[in-house]
Amino acid sequence: MEIKKIGTAGTMESSDIMVTVMKNKEAGTSIQLTSSVEKQYGRKIQEVIRRTLEELGVEDALVTAVDKGALDCTIRARVKTAAHRACGDENYKWEAKAN
Amino acid sequence: MFVPGNNPGMIRDAYIYGSDCIMFDLEDSVSVDQKDSARFLVYEALRTIDYGDKELIVRVNAPDTKTGVDDLEAMVRTRKVAIRLPKTETAADVLGCEKQIERIERENGIPVGSTRMMAAIESAKGVLNAEKIALSSKRLIGIALGAEDYVTDLKTNRSPEGIELLFARSMILLAARSAGIDAIDTVYSDVNNEEGLRKEARLIKQLGFDGKSVINPRQIKPICEIYTPTEKEIEKSQAVMDAIEQAHKKGSGVIALNGKMIDKPIVERAQRVLDLAKAAGVLGEGEDQA
Repeated sequence: MEIKKIGTAGTMESSDIMVTVMKNKEAGTSIQLTSSVEKQYGRKIQEVIRRTLEELGVEDALVTAVDKGALDCTIRARVKTAAHRACGDENYKWEAKAN
Repeated sequence: MFVPGNNPGMIRDAYIYGSDCIMFDLEDSVSVDQKDSARFLVYEALRTIDYGDKELIVRVNAPDTKTGVDDLEAMVRTRKVAIRLPKTETAADVLGCEKQIERIERENGIPVGSTRMMAAIESAKGVLNAEKIALSSKRLIGIALGAEDYVTDLKTNRSPEGIELLFARSMILLAARSAGIDAIDTVYSDVNNEEGLRKEARLIKQLGFDGKSVINPRQIKPICEIYTPTEKEIEKSQAVMDAIEQAHKKGSGVIALNGKMIDKPIVERAQRVLDLAKAAGVLGEGEDQA
């Protein structure tokens, strides 16, 4: 997916994360994270964001994220939403979970 | 318990409050510009969070819209939820949704028929078609009344006595019983009025409903208390089941307890009391066996 505009998802409520995805002027993906648990989980949160973008095939993204104690599944959901919005892409891909 | 689909905190904590079922809502509690966000959130949560033995249902948007189809595409693939169809008015509504579900199951190697459905009836037309709706698909596990839209359709509003809902409740209950599926009552919107909630819960239990939807964790305990059989009811039911067992051992065809004949409906009601007691955790494993 190719980033065409700024995409935002999430809220500043507790247990959520607000994620903004836009085109990075430089090559590669850059993440600016603010989190109340940055010291303990900052690296992990960044890893979840980066991996989620890779899975979507989104490159050269500039991501700002304000974390309020979100679970990994919430981080993934917000990154996916923000990325799809940034790319103007509504062709969602869902995995069929094996039993 | 209804859980708004775009609220991560409530989605995370939903299983701790003691409801039998968690109903993730992608429809009315989610604004139009956040449908994508809620869908991703519920999808990711379902793939990650262990909700234990809770029954999981997702209320999707109307399946004849792109939003509704996207909801089905995501939720059916999780293999963990039943689909609640909103604003069901005809059997064709159920069949249209079922067609989409079946397509998604086939495309993804999911056993056809494994995704269950529930239909919410929220209009005069839906109530009049309740039986046809209830009998329309083997996937249906229950039908539910959605009262807020229904009373608006009737051009009235909800009263404390609920007289305006009596016909709809009766129709939905009879339709559900005719189809052998659950009948679930509507929400009680005034979360600060516990006495009103209890009164309504006693009414719908007496009518025969299997349960009631809630919109706030505080509403779970009062409803569970009303649905939990009393000690006296449990003792009486156990006595009935004991009498049946004794009669079977003796090879007796006629069964009596305290001078009164016990027939099939009495046994069925006794078994239902014991099933409810077990589900409520007031009856140990095996205590319902004579």
